Amino acid sequence: MPIDERLGLLEYKNDHDSHILLKSHDVCVSKCKDKPCTVLCPADVYLWISENDGRNKLKIQHENCIECGGCRMICPFLNIDCHWPRGGFGVAYKYG
Amino acid sequence: MAEDIFDAVSVGAGPRGSACALSAAAAGANVALIERGKYPGAKNVQGAVLYAKNLADIVPDFWKDPECPLERVITEQRYVITSGREDWMNVSFRGGHWKNPPNCFTIIRSRFDQWFAKKAQEKGAQLFSEVTISDVIRPNGVVRGVKTSEGEDLNAHCVVACDGVNSLIAQKLGVIDEWRMDEVAMGVKEVLALPKEKIEDRFSLDSTEGVTIELFGSITQGMVGYAFVYTNKDTLSVGVGAKLSELRKKMIKPYDLLDFVKTHPLVSRLIAGAKPVEYSGHLIPEGGFHSMPPLYGDGFLISGDAAQMVNPTHREGSNLAMTSGRLAGETVVESKKKNDFSRNALRLYEEKIKSTYIWSDLWDHRDVESNIEKDTSILEVYPRLLCETMYHHFTVDGRPKKGHKKETIMMFLKERGLLKMLQDAWRLRGAVG
Repeated sequence: MPIDERLGLLEYKNDHDSHILLKSHDVCVSKCKDKPCTVLCPADVYLWISENDGRNKLKIQHENCIECGGCRMICPFLNIDCHWPRGGFGVAYKYG
Repeated sequence: MAEDIFDAVSVGAGPRGSACALSAAAAGANVALIERGKYPGAKNVQGAVLYAKNLADIVPDFWKDPECPLERVITEQRYVITSGREDWMNVSFRGGHWKNPPNCFTIIRSRFDQWFAKKAQEKGAQLFSEVTISDVIRPNGVVRGVKTSEGEDLNAHCVVACDGVNSLIAQKLGVIDEWRMDEVAMGVKEVLALPKEKIEDRFSLDSTEGVTIELFGSITQGMVGYAFVYTNKDTLSVGVGAKLSELRKKMIKPYDLLDFVKTHPLVSRLIAGAKPVEYSGHLIPEGGFHSMPPLYGDGFLISGDAAQMVNPTHREGSNLAMTSGRLAGETVVESKKKNDFSRNALRLYEEKIKSTYIWSDLWDHRDVESNIEKDTSILEVYPRLLCETMYHHFTVDGRPKKGHKKETIMMFLKERGLLKMLQDAWRLRGAVG
């Protein structure tokens, strides 16, 4: 089952402000080799993409986040600052 | 709410937060229960199995409450040991006497958590939903309350961190920094809708009974963890968890592992035709005894998932959370009587924890997972050898039985050796007891 369909089952209240911030994007570009966040995040929040100018960047789709908190530990450089969305925002599980 | 000074504020309205708030409020304490989700349970994920004893200590005979959202009373618990994709062995127990008094139930967490928080409210606790905490108020090293992300102060004599595995309170207090990847497991799960009658036919149940199935061995692709299928009323919960450090080593996507589980021949037949209604993911603290932070300090108490109170080899967590929540609530009440919320007074909480099964079980299981992680071949070798043993036991091929017996014994000696098997037994001893 594709992840988009899985996430489509969920109810979110999206905040325009991201609750996930990178401490330094340079770390992702120059230091991180295998980008574990792009593999291990259970909601595909992190994507490694190529921009039109040929440069690569880490795209963060914070609106996908199911708030497991794993990314903070997954990042080998502890470069991800994932705090909680404001009260009432983010995912709302109906079953949980 | 800024003007009030509460005796205690429970941060997080999961089983532990509600247990704490209910126990304290029932004895007359003025308690606030804070939930960052839209409603209690909105952010919470569990298998989910609810153990009756530990909730009954707080809400006696809760299963007789028609509003209590229980799914099925568990009358059968099954372990499946998988080898490859085609071989598996069942170890199952059906306990008729588990119906009354019940041992455990399946639940839907978001429904259960709302019910439990309501019970705490009925005893006088004040619930504030949609409130995220951003910091602790701590003048001169003494905790005096919490700050909300909207900038409000909430003052209390005691802050009880019930905010789960990613405890912001514990981090802000400086009692934990960040978990290591081998201290947590990543669990992903789907809830699948299936008509009630089909569930009962497929799993051989009556209209109230339920079964829990846990699958070990090849189903987790050699990683420390397990998969599960739990029966609810008209849904099935199917999930898998593995140590985050193991997923990192193998670089496996958690939901790919879930698909691997769902397509296993045994599981796929159990869930055939069931329609996914929700996907979820969560971290499970599995560091255990060695990872526990200090449980108390001036003006604060910590436990539940926030304090690594999980016994993964017995899939127990929410019961430890509820017991520790109750004990935290009782401690708040004692402190209120003495008007003393200092470290010295709150030490009572740790003493209470030490006198329960929580301390004993976490101590006994302290090294099981790290021992397995030292040599994960255990997870592949034994399931395979056990399945081979069953194969020899049941196969009729014209050879005398003693030939099969000899072959089985030789297989164990050749694959593992006597000394290694004794070492394995010693390393795994805590998992069984």
